[in-house]
Amino acid sequence: MNIIVCIKEVPDPQIPPAKFRIDSEAKRILPPEGIPPVINPYDAQAVELALRLKEKHSGKITVLTVGSEASTTVVKHALSMGADEGFILADKSFDGSDSFSIAYILTKAIQKIGNYDLILCGRQAADWDESLTGPLLAENLNVPLLTLAQSVEVSGKEMNVKRGILEGCQFLQVTLPALVTVSNEIGQPRLPSGWGIISAARKKVPVWTATDISVEPSQIGAGAARRVLVKLLSPKRARMCEIITGETPAEAGEKLGERLRQTGVI
Amino acid sequence: MMVSNRGVLVCGELVDGSISSTTRELLAVGRKLSNDLGQSLSTLIIGDKIDDQALELISLGADQVYVTEGPKFYDAPSELYVAIISECCKQLTRSIILIGQTDMGREVAPRLAARLGATVTMDCIELTIETQTKRMLLTKPVYGGNAIAVWASESNKPQIVTLRPRSSMPAVPDPTRKGNVTILSISLDFSMIKSRLVKTAKEEIKGLKLEEAKVVICGGGGIGGKEGFKLLEDLAKVLSGTIGVTRVPCDSGWMPISLEIGQTGRIISPDLYIGIGVSGAPQHMAGCSGSKYIVAINRDIEANIFKEADFGVIGEYTKVLPSLIEKFKNLILT
Repeated sequence: MNIIVCIKEVPDPQIPPAKFRIDSEAKRILPPEGIPPVINPYDAQAVELALRLKEKHSGKITVLTVGSEASTTVVKHALSMGADEGFILADKSFDGSDSFSIAYILTKAIQKIGNYDLILCGRQAADWDESLTGPLLAENLNVPLLTLAQSVEVSGKEMNVKRGILEGCQFLQVTLPALVTVSNEIGQPRLPSGWGIISAARKKVPVWTATDISVEPSQIGAGAARRVLVKLLSPKRARMCEIITGETPAEAGEKLGERLRQTGVI
Repeated sequence: MMVSNRGVLVCGELVDGSISSTTRELLAVGRKLSNDLGQSLSTLIIGDKIDDQALELISLGADQVYVTEGPKFYDAPSELYVAIISECCKQLTRSIILIGQTDMGREVAPRLAARLGATVTMDCIELTIETQTKRMLLTKPVYGGNAIAVWASESNKPQIVTLRPRSSMPAVPDPTRKGNVTILSISLDFSMIKSRLVKTAKEEIKGLKLEEAKVVICGGGGIGGKEGFKLLEDLAKVLSGTIGVTRVPCDSGWMPISLEIGQTGRIISPDLYIGIGVSGAPQHMAGCSGSKYIVAINRDIEANIFKEADFGVIGEYTKVLPSLIEKFKNLILT
């Protein structure tokens, strides 16, 4: 079973809100000091799912990311978890690409790799929270799409997916090849093993440029973007917290009850 | 020749035969956009024998309602609705298409955008028309809610937008409104539908639905385990409220996923939200920041939730709650 996992490097979503800085002038996020970027957590879960499927059905796991040469860190992370090979898609002309262009770049790379049974993406990226790349990629490749997967079972060419919905779940079935977006219910991604780290360190991560995957220049970069970012702001915090104190936590609890009655909350 | 796109279209959802609350919110937002643009508002609904619902959509603000045949939402794979809606949109050539950020909308919107060559922006909380330029400004939380982005499109491509549930007030019905209902017939190639829906399993929700509760008691990772929720249930009982959770209790298997509040769960706006052992990560607050009052009980003074709450107690919940419950009991009895 050949699996391609699309991953993305994002600022650590666990950054405490107090450390989150925005440069509104430049309309961008300032990288928080001392907190390195990470593999998008949902993408790490997609890698985890790929590894579990490979353990059952054998095969090969290829990891792809659109980024810069610095993205080697997240690709190596996936390799150290157990992925077989990784490629970085990087080119100056990719700068400013929107989700349509990113999906297009990934499409071209996936077509170059060819011979895949399953493509996995995280359900959304922790930076722009769009959840567009996976569905757009499925449209481009004309393969069935299954989103918000909580569990995936493969038997031969048939795949069963449990998709999370607000009121419960749906069970869907498709014939491979297909594209699945992975949700957090898949479970914790494994930590890289010592051997994994050593073998990942030895692997080369080739960089493919625009020419390597023959992309149309008109389809990529800021010029192709279908919308513009007008503003990037900090969220308004309209509330001021009144801290209720007491001699003991129990007394504070009682006073909180009183205060809520006083102010008409209850 | 290219047909120029004009007008606003709401893709409506019927839930158990009724117009969903999200559709009502989309109609209110769509009406405002249409008025500001001086264009018409239409609504597309899928179903059979839904004349009453079509008329209700007119009272809720639609100038035209388009009805097309198809199975009930969630009775077929999303893919089928993508096909139906995109065929309808190709006929209707509207410039703005509004969809709810629902289980269906999440999957339909991006694929529709690919098929129509449209722009798409997911999970918006506000849509306005800029007075001078007449372009639509789309406001959307990003970075898990740590930042707010405002997007605009300058191209003449149709724009697809999904709107976060409960980010806007629902449309108020006006039975005197006039409009017309049109049946749209489309031809579909069913061989293109590649996924099969085996079954949909809906979880039975005991008691109040989270979205409808006036009081929500929310437990986070700080509760420490399944047992701790008993105390929260007692509190919910006194206030006739219900229980919600953050992601940690779901991921740890203490509580069902269906109770999750936040970006990846339910969006609520009760009169009173009490967060207990909740750190207040933006991804969670995205689901409850619309609450009228937010109360936080947490032993960690540094917890982000205190920055977003109206009232707070710093302390161990196991010590704070019993006296709070007693106090409420006394207050409610007197």
